[in-house]
Amino acid sequence: MELFFNPFDNLLCILLGISFTVWFTLLLVFIIVPAIFGVSFGIRRLYMKTLLKIFEWATLRIERGAKEKNHHLYKPYSNAIIAREPTSLEEEIKEIRRSGSNKDLDSATEFEMSDIFYFARRGVESIMDDEVTKRFSAEELESWNLLTRSNYNFHYISLRLTVLWGLGLLIRYGFLLPLRVTLAFTGVGLLVFLTSLIGLLPNGRMKNFLSEKVHLMCYRICVRALTAIITYHDSENKPKNGGICVANHTSPIDVIILASDGCYAMVGQIHGGLMGVIQRSMVKACPHVWFERSEVKDRHLVAKRLSDHVQDKSKLPILIFPEGTCINNTSVMMFKKGSFDIGATVYPVAIKYDPRFGDAFWNSSKFGMVNYLLHMMSSWAIVCSVWYLPPMSREEGEDAVQFANRVKAAIARKGGLVDLLWDGGLKREKVKDTFKEEQQKLYSKMLVGTQEDRSRS
Amino acid sequence: MGSSSSNLNTIPNSQELMQETGFSAAHLLRLYERFEFLDKDNKGHLRPEDFEAVQELSTNPIGDIIIGSFFSPGQETVDFPSFVRILAHFRPAEKNRTRDGAQPEPANSSTGKLKFAFQLYDRDRDGKISREELLQVLRAMLEMQVTEEQLESMAERAIQEADLDEDDAISFDEFKKSLEKVNIDHKMSIHFMK
Repeated sequence: MELFFNPFDNLLCILLGISFTVWFTLLLVFIIVPAIFGVSFGIRRLYMKTLLKIFEWATLRIERGAKEKNHHLYKPYSNAIIAREPTSLEEEIKEIRRSGSNKDLDSATEFEMSDIFYFARRGVESIMDDEVTKRFSAEELESWNLLTRSNYNFHYISLRLTVLWGLGLLIRYGFLLPLRVTLAFTGVGLLVFLTSLIGLLPNGRMKNFLSEKVHLMCYRICVRALTAIITYHDSENKPKNGGICVANHTSPIDVIILASDGCYAMVGQIHGGLMGVIQRSMVKACPHVWFERSEVKDRHLVAKRLSDHVQDKSKLPILIFPEGTCINNTSVMMFKKGSFDIGATVYPVAIKYDPRFGDAFWNSSKFGMVNYLLHMMSSWAIVCSVWYLPPMSREEGEDAVQFANRVKAAIARKGGLVDLLWDGGLKREKVKDTFKEEQQKLYSKMLVGTQEDRSRS
Repeated sequence: MGSSSSNLNTIPNSQELMQETGFSAAHLLRLYERFEFLDKDNKGHLRPEDFEAVQELSTNPIGDIIIGSFFSPGQETVDFPSFVRILAHFRPAEKNRTRDGAQPEPANSSTGKLKFAFQLYDRDRDGKISREELLQVLRAMLEMQVTEEQLESMAERAIQEADLDEDDAISFDEFKKSLEKVNIDHKMSIHFMK
């Protein structure tokens, strides 16, 4: 019995050995070496084009299948379930009253029982579909990208499609995922190791040069670990030393995407665990701005450290995401004014993900970090565009909030995102009562205004 | 990340609901997703807190009153059928609909919509809008912007205009009569996309 197994065992070992070697050589040649030098073979773009063709075919197939069965295809709306007219409070209430009475409008704009219709309708509309919470759910797709998580017409799929989907599943989880995880570990491991090494060098030009190279290399490996296909536009506007780089936030991956094309000083809270290890070793090689948890609450301390960093022209530009939270990449929410108060030049950057390949949005209230990363690594690819906008500075007579809004509008315009006034932080807290006041003020102006006229006449 | 794929079979009693409310399958599905979305901890029902998470609703002066209308008196939760039944009030009314007397009044008819609006005022559901209830709604809509006297005079005027049997409260019929000229269907309907 043993004799029978031995040669088989040997053969198995040899085969495994060979495949591992081949595997790693391929990995090295096609992925890691280009990452080190910052060149690209164009494999990922070819991959992207092929995928797109397959997706189109799959969507057509579903539509055909649905037509054959004569069913109403459920289309995931990229817009709302309801259409809301952008009329104002005054217009609407006047209209309600106009239809309700023959009295002369000017003398009778006092409270009417029918006024409640307006508020009731608006209220129910927002229950069914409101601007803000829509921004926080994953964007819905028009075509199907072979991920069941983004499709609602699954039961219209033919055998051929199911096979294709199964194949896709196999490729994604059996081949792509292990590949990516390996790369991720390599990238992170190298980052920690090399930055710690560099930390041993004396401060000087050599250290900065090496640190730059190491950071770039490791981030590029991470980019490949996610199969991220990034197009950078307007690189002449890349942030320079002494400036603050400001971008819209969709996921923690934003950091990797930006940092693989330029060197930044990161800002953030020191975490424990693996994240903390990475943070601590990064700061050995070049100065990042990490805060202890207790320091984060102290606004002045934060502002001081940031402005100190910015004033030292030898230090790298700071990277900040002023929205404060992840938005689902269809809009830009209110920027927190802290970073705009410091007085440094601001370099805005717009990041827009292409949702057809994989949804990069991190809904932190629904998914944890590990879950999210797994999702990311088992998607087809992450395709995004990065636009570097020309630098902006605070103008005379402009306060931090206005400056922040100006930058926000520029980013939204460039990235094709909707510029919203809402504060992203509010998604988790209850809205302060001051917002209700706005509506109340509008309404009362309509009513009380006329009462004053009456008392005069 | 996109919700998991769902179809009509995941919604219990979907056929009856469609009959009762008049929503199409596609709309019902969409509303179910919205329900699931609002139900953040996957409880299967909604509580007032889930509604309060809708930011726009918080800026609506009568936001709390609208939330209250979803919950039957004494109830702390609302399930999907009840959720949809309330929303059905805001469907545009069908034109030229003939119905026999045996069928219950559809939620989205003029009367159905009026009933919903009436209940926004009549919070204790006793069938009459009392002066106090009217004041409460006025207070919600205007809060700090007017004085208490102004609120009271507005309420007084409204009651005087509508209260026909002089019992110092507005019954449903009086409510209906005072609004008979308003194009209720237009003002209390939400435009659903195809």
